[in-house]
Amino acid sequence: MTEAHLGPPREWSESSATEHAGSSALLVYTIGLLVAAVLTGTSFWVANTSALWALGVPAGLVVLAIAQMGVHLVFFLHITTGPESTNNVLALAFGMVIVFLVLGGSLVIMANLNGNMAGHGELMNLPM
Amino acid sequence: MSMAATGQDFGERELADVTEAGPPPKRVVVGYGFWIFLLSDIVMFSALFAAYAVLAKATAGGPTGAQLFDQQNVALETAFLLLSSYSCGLMSMAINSRSYFGAYLGAAVTFLLGAAFLFLELREFHSMIAIGAAPQRSAFLSAFFTLVGCHGLHVTIGLIWLALMMAQLAMRGFRPVVERRLLCFALFWHALDIIWVTIFTVVYLMGVLR
Repeated sequence: MTEAHLGPPREWSESSATEHAGSSALLVYTIGLLVAAVLTGTSFWVANTSALWALGVPAGLVVLAIAQMGVHLVFFLHITTGPESTNNVLALAFGMVIVFLVLGGSLVIMANLNGNMAGHGELMNLPM
Repeated sequence: MSMAATGQDFGERELADVTEAGPPPKRVVVGYGFWIFLLSDIVMFSALFAAYAVLAKATAGGPTGAQLFDQQNVALETAFLLLSSYSCGLMSMAINSRSYFGAYLGAAVTFLLGAAFLFLELREFHSMIAIGAAPQRSAFLSAFFTLVGCHGLHVTIGLIWLALMMAQLAMRGFRPVVERRLLCFALFWHALDIIWVTIFTVVYLMGVLR
């Protein structure tokens, strides 16, 4: 890191996630790659094996996907608990609330409509 | 800035909170702004995911996901995208240490892996449309092509962006503005991989469950 790029305030530069020493950054990316690869492999195995209780498989896949998203956020996008990423974490939390509302709300409402419309055709299985 | 430095010199560092340390460097501000954009992009994808989840069984007598999806192809696509995310990280490291060779090498590997992903995806789309599983066949296929195609469009834009950034790096060198754009590109590319994790889980793996 050269002088010119560090910018004036030491507090910002010292704790910045993108400025750590080369070897530790390589370690972070490599750990992220390995963990993500293991989680991906587990997901594909879970989806294809018959050794697991079939009704639990979708829930397991969701958990694996969320875990892998967390791994990507921490190891690749460097969203950490450090002071310089407080704003990023807050924005992420807000974004997740919106995502949860859109996804969960749509599914609950459509499943509910589906249940109440029994006999009149299913909205979630619309013929074209 | 000078006031904060003076404060530190007099041993008042415990008083210096973030505001006293001066405004954050532009790199941090730009990264934050781009992060907001990425989150809005993710919110848009969540709407597409909601549409897909609602319509996933609305096949209208047409082919289902279990009949159409080739898991080997998906596994290969996932591997390409994950490795390209890794090589993108190595490119960011090379940029931080001002290595032209490392930056070009990382960018080339990232570009090739991303292009290989896109090739596999387009080949899958082409083979699906060839057997009549086109977007207009059923609500399920409309939702599928919209969701996965939107991700593919993002990858295409990312590839064009990466090529432009390499041209800028060649012409202008490691200037702060070029570095900030490369930082944004890295964030964009990693975020695409996160969205792909959700796609291969929700669309491809859950789609073939018995």
